[in-house]
Amino acid sequence: MDPIKSVEMSYSRKDLPTFAPGDTVKVNVKVIEGGKERIQAFQGIVIRKRGSGLNQTFTVRRISYGVGVERTFMVNSPKIHSIEVIRKGKVRRSRLYYLRDRIGKAARIKEKR
Amino acid sequence: MEKAILGKKVGMTQIFDEEGKAVPVTIIQSGKNVVVQKKTEAIDGYNALQIGFEDIKEKRANKPLKGHFKKAQLKPMRYLVEFKLENIDKYDVGQEINIDVFKPGDKVDISGKSKGKGFTGPIKRWKFRRGPKSHGSKYHRGVGSLGATDPARVFKGRKMAGRMGGVRVTVQGLEVVKVYPERDMLLIKGSVPGVRNGLLEIRESKK
Repeated sequence: MDPIKSVEMSYSRKDLPTFAPGDTVKVNVKVIEGGKERIQAFQGIVIRKRGSGLNQTFTVRRISYGVGVERTFMVNSPKIHSIEVIRKGKVRRSRLYYLRDRIGKAARIKEKR
Repeated sequence: MEKAILGKKVGMTQIFDEEGKAVPVTIIQSGKNVVVQKKTEAIDGYNALQIGFEDIKEKRANKPLKGHFKKAQLKPMRYLVEFKLENIDKYDVGQEINIDVFKPGDKVDISGKSKGKGFTGPIKRWKFRRGPKSHGSKYHRGVGSLGATDPARVFKGRKMAGRMGGVRVTVQGLEVVKVYPERDMLLIKGSVPGVRNGLLEIRESKK
């Protein structure tokens, strides 16, 4: 077997659900604070997925106290405790950068059924 | 220097460490490393181990090579590289050196033949600065001045355009991230010289 693939396989995570841009997800991140580990949630809309293999990342956007916040996570990072898909979104493109220019009602995404 | 081994570059990827940080790594595939000859102070004037790597077909070796391997009672191998080790007493001819001489956290120096870049200009080869691209400039990526007019010649060693790459390059102080003894594989932090499938010498770090 290809040595690169075998190394990547041993580090890739298979326990996470599949999700796509437009979905609303809750990412539970492990945070180390004062020597203690706790779990912090970050909930928002996935606006992009990029890369392949261990290099894969996704960006989650949320509005926090009226300010847009985007966080990019590595899909296979051990720092991610778990991901919950809360809502499947119906979108027509893979990069939802247009959400950055919209606020409130205009930034809604239809639910996929 | 106590430890040395030969291997081949497989390629690069990234892995995650205990803290969850992504670490760029190069995968090195080693294999059967056999001591073919011991060079000693008494006979050769210096102490060194000659190590063979990667078996080849018997008919691929020429007569002198066959004879050399026959002396050590071994099958012919593709690569023969000498390492000047401090202590060669613990090695015998025909002994195999395994990848697990290296442990995660070790610092190593890696030598290889760098990628050939062909005939390149002085900007790429010697990091010269370029001239302005526009505003009437006619000097873009040239060599510039070759020196004073008084000696009426160009001094030797002048940096000019020419062949770049394809030479032996050593990178010092690279960190071993992981060792797979059962698969003869090594993960090194960062990049190493050369093309994929290129031969690499992995030595214990000098520093």
